[in-house]
Amino acid sequence: MAKESSMKNMLITLGGVTLIASALLGCVYALTKGPIDAAMIAKTNSAISSVVPDFDNDPSSDLFKIDLQGKDFKVYPAKKGGEIVGYAIESYASGFGGRISIMVGFDAKGSITNISVLSHTETPGLGDKIEPSKSSFSAQFAGKSPEDFKILVKKDGGDVDAITASTITSRAYCEAVSTAYEVFKKCKEESSKKEVTNE
Amino acid sequence: MSKLNLITKGIIKDNPIFVLLLGMCPTLGTTTSAINGLGMGLATTFVLILSNMVISSISGLIPNKVRIPSYIVVIAAFVTILQLLMQAYTPGLYETLGLFIPLIVVNCIVLGRAEAFASKNPVSDSALDGIGIGLGFTLGLTILGAVRELLGSASLFGIKFINGDGMLVFILAPGAFIALGYLLVVFNKFKSKLSK
Repeated sequence: MAKESSMKNMLITLGGVTLIASALLGCVYALTKGPIDAAMIAKTNSAISSVVPDFDNDPSSDLFKIDLQGKDFKVYPAKKGGEIVGYAIESYASGFGGRISIMVGFDAKGSITNISVLSHTETPGLGDKIEPSKSSFSAQFAGKSPEDFKILVKKDGGDVDAITASTITSRAYCEAVSTAYEVFKKCKEESSKKEVTNE
Repeated sequence: MSKLNLITKGIIKDNPIFVLLLGMCPTLGTTTSAINGLGMGLATTFVLILSNMVISSISGLIPNKVRIPSYIVVIAAFVTILQLLMQAYTPGLYETLGLFIPLIVVNCIVLGRAEAFASKNPVSDSALDGIGIGLGFTLGLTILGAVRELLGSASLFGIKFINGDGMLVFILAPGAFIALGYLLVVFNKFKSKLSK
């Protein structure tokens, strides 16, 4: 039966148990690190290819960062034959239950091609309708240009139909899309500057 | 006690959700749909079986005063292994359950079975007990998830068969309590009939 609870026995037991457990965890971590990274990259890549027009480069390796009001935003340029055909921009805003991260795709002219949700913690059944598979909310943005389609919910004087009973979520979503558009404009500016200096 | 009895005991007589009412946090939190309930139940079953087996085999070596910390380390190690494996090989499921996986560590059922059963019984019996209790937990979570999904989003296992939204309250936290309450009534009625 159980050993006597002397100080020496207790130290040896606890030390042994934690040592074995941490060694085991180290092994599993090392084994799963590759697949976990691969799964993350696969997820980002599938989000990129679902939001931007056809491309033939690897947007993940061409990734660059744009600084907007002190925050870094990831921009994945999509190129076809060396020519930029669009950008996938990762953007986020605070929703009802936490951060909503989305990937917004723009074509070269600045129209939204598609939007995909990367992660969110909105209420199931209410706010989670921002996911394209759960409602047509996100579809209303496709093909619109933020220049003539005001990205604000109708309650706030914009053009976006909010999700019923999820105004906060819808507002945050719009905010994230607008931020992505700001980032897009900034990247356009910077790339045109570059062209000027190249000449 | 026969081997089969060890398994069925966990499913009906000692069902962790409907009889022992243990592990209510993941029960109420994850059961917004039947598939989530099933996933969480199977994850807990995996941890239960392994931790029961390991604890039963090492309980003779552990001094009485440090047994709880030792058990918790064993359980936490298995939960972390499970979390890493899920993240690597089932990223979709990990996304919906990810937040609740670490909570398995503090799930009373797992430590409860380690203390009440595994530390006093041989390895094979402890594994069977883990399977039984785990299946009982999975069954409870799946039923609760199915009821909430059916009433709350008018679908079952993600398949929608009515157009419309269902009663939202069942997806939210109050609906979890209401649904669990009524399920307790039904289960206890069924159990008392069975024992007669």
